[in-house]
Amino acid sequence: MAGSLLLDMRDVHIEGRSGDAWLPIVKGVDLQLHRGEVLGLIGESGAGKSTLGLAAMGYVRGGTRISRGEVTFDGTDLVTAPESFRRGLRGKRIAYVAQSAAASFNPAHKLIDQFCEAPVMHGVLGRGEAERQAVDLYRRMRLPDPEGIGFRYPHQVSGGQLQRAMTAMAMACKPDLIIFDEPTTALDVTTQIEVLAAIRDIVDQSGTAAIYITHDLAVVAQMADRIKVLLRGDEVEEAPTREMLASPRQAYTRSLWAVRSHRRPEQPPAREAPVLEVRAVSAGYGAVKVLHDVSFDLHRGRTVAVVGESGSGKSTTARVIAGLLPASRGEVRIEGRPVAPSFKARPKEELRAVQLIHQSADTSLNPKQRVREILGRPVAFYAGMSGAKVEARVRELLRMIELEPDSFIDRLPGELSGGQKQRVSLARALAAEPRVLICDEVTSALDQIVAEGILKLLDRLQRELDLAIMFITHDLATVRAIADGVVVMKGGRVVDEGTKADVFTPPHHPYTELLLSSVPEMDPGWLDRVLEARAARA
Amino acid sequence: MIWRMVGQRLALGALVLLAITVVIFGAIELLGADFAQQRLGQSATEETLAALREQMGLNRPAWVRYGAWIGGAVRGDFGVSMANNRPIADLMAGRLGNTLFLAAFAAVMSVPLSIGLGLLAALWRNSWFDRAANVGTLTAIAFPEFFVAYILVYLIGSTGLFPTLASIPPGATFLERLHVTFLPALTLTLVVTAHMMRMTRAAIVNLLASPYIEMARLKGVPRARVIWRHALPNALSPIINVVALNLAYLVTGVVVVEVVFVYPGLGQLMVDAVRTRDVPVVQAAALIFAAVYVILNLLADVLSTLSNPRLMHRR
Repeated sequence: MAGSLLLDMRDVHIEGRSGDAWLPIVKGVDLQLHRGEVLGLIGESGAGKSTLGLAAMGYVRGGTRISRGEVTFDGTDLVTAPESFRRGLRGKRIAYVAQSAAASFNPAHKLIDQFCEAPVMHGVLGRGEAERQAVDLYRRMRLPDPEGIGFRYPHQVSGGQLQRAMTAMAMACKPDLIIFDEPTTALDVTTQIEVLAAIRDIVDQSGTAAIYITHDLAVVAQMADRIKVLLRGDEVEEAPTREMLASPRQAYTRSLWAVRSHRRPEQPPAREAPVLEVRAVSAGYGAVKVLHDVSFDLHRGRTVAVVGESGSGKSTTARVIAGLLPASRGEVRIEGRPVAPSFKARPKEELRAVQLIHQSADTSLNPKQRVREILGRPVAFYAGMSGAKVEARVRELLRMIELEPDSFIDRLPGELSGGQKQRVSLARALAAEPRVLICDEVTSALDQIVAEGILKLLDRLQRELDLAIMFITHDLATVRAIADGVVVMKGGRVVDEGTKADVFTPPHHPYTELLLSSVPEMDPGWLDRVLEARAARA
Repeated sequence: MIWRMVGQRLALGALVLLAITVVIFGAIELLGADFAQQRLGQSATEETLAALREQMGLNRPAWVRYGAWIGGAVRGDFGVSMANNRPIADLMAGRLGNTLFLAAFAAVMSVPLSIGLGLLAALWRNSWFDRAANVGTLTAIAFPEFFVAYILVYLIGSTGLFPTLASIPPGATFLERLHVTFLPALTLTLVVTAHMMRMTRAAIVNLLASPYIEMARLKGVPRARVIWRHALPNALSPIINVVALNLAYLVTGVVVVEVVFVYPGLGQLMVDAVRTRDVPVVQAAALIFAAVYVILNLLADVLSTLSNPRLMHRR
């Protein structure tokens, strides 16, 4: 099935400027791609996947440069070719599909205008033909209302639909090569499966070659003929998909395969009264009702995972419990006592009982404050300490989150890695000595190995401090690893609830079934099987 | 949707204007000057003073006089000038027209110039053009207006191409007016261009790191088109706002330039009125300047909304 050689990248070195020095990002990678072939490029963040993918278009981001090597596309070296030549290829013979379609569509223009731009500009199609082509591709990407959807603005279209519209846009000039840069990472699992299916079908039908960049092995297993593994700008290994999945040769690759080895031991069912009770809570923003009649319990020393798609009301529930969004009906009880709906009306004792950790440590830590201040403030506020006692407590907190106090206490958030930032967020919550810890997607933005470290830490702290944890996530693998109880939410309602065993053992609630069956598996035949099964049922 | 917003902003604008009238009136009250005494001089007898106070209504309580002033203002009646007893509305009508003419002339030159320079500076970032445009406009803004005006008078006035006194002969044609007001308009252009140009450049450059700009480049869109078609439409809101602020300045901040060129505008009238302590004229001019600010900002809000598809086309 592989045709003639289309892309030949040899000994590609890419550097990024840091102050006056140039630091290597990609360190001499070779990459060959034949016509009609799909290559999967995987690795953790910082591995140089996107940088390499863009270099295949002869494109480098600001502050980076290709310092050595060749990128030969269909016989021409793009590194030495003039910019006008490269520009002539982009969008016409090599197209790009970005990670976040919501951010990569221009908010000021309608979808179809953005679709038509490249074919009209490159002189491939007239405007009328391009519009007909758009409708045809929208239909083939299984977008609803293919005739009309192009005349909407990006903000009027959902994320999954935008991602398909972007793939359609990439196909506009029938390119020889498409670079897919994490096209489904930002999507819910139930949406991801539709987009994956649509992308794979259109790539198969058109016979275009593709580089598929992702950090998700199960996804790449569905899409790629071959897989290349990158680590910190170096190639680890490359092999045909089935071979790679069956017998990875390198230790690093095997470690990627073995993620989520962490499993929390089963806890016996709790006997005492729940520490947190959410009772028939309804809430909304203005006239828009987001939560309807949500109820569940949380016990000391136990973890309840709240799962659901984006927009299902998971984070809103957390905000109601924390008092950031007062409930319009129902009540929240802590240790049996109802608490005020708004945090403003809660006494300090109730405030310290519930602590919230946000998804993005980047935006929830003040970049101008040092770790000492970030942790010192809640210590002083909640525990009423001052002076040397605060410092001692901050150091104790840092040891609890496994960061060496001497080297971390005076750092700014900018001097911490993603995982370290999230640990500091965790310490800030612990500074209040809470009863209930709400973790809102705290591992979603992290690489799997880093995320696993955080999960293990949470597990240890929970045992030591007898914490009740509400863990919000959309990742079912995480749920399997850490949860005692599971609450499944959809459209602001709790649709399924129970112990982990109850929820994950058939027979499932239909929506839980949909969620579970949408999680990609390593088996390359998984996508076909799921689609067949769903078609058979429909 | 948009009409509701316009309605809300109009109501808010009216409220702001009302607050401003209180401030203007209050400020004059605080001066505590006896206008009757001022008009008649130190030699006036107690009887004539009392009679004049009665005639001018100065004996009435402040809120009654405020009410009378507002009541007249909404009907376009600002009272009579204390200097020459002519109705202020008549006095100002021609002056306001002149000021607006000069402001419009300067705007027609400066707005396209500064936005064009801003776009080119963003396109050729950090090039010699970018630096020259920045240095040039900053130099122009750094000098006081009267200094720029005198430099222009010296450089251009001496060639005899344009008159250095911008007095408008009665019955002047449109072209004659343009000719006469060219130097003051050019002065104002030099003064406001830097601000608008730098804002345009900053607003565009700010967007160039957006994923959709990278996407446009990866579609093979040339640089100039990226700026014009992909960045500019998303940068309109800040640009519109800074343009509105500068247009308001062109109407209200021209006092010095009008004085230098002896141009019969509203600013000159206000300066004269302050000199002669002609309080009703000062009040009226201040109110008109405030109204210009409010109206231009309202217009900027509406145009920003129109330029934003997220606000115009709901989901």
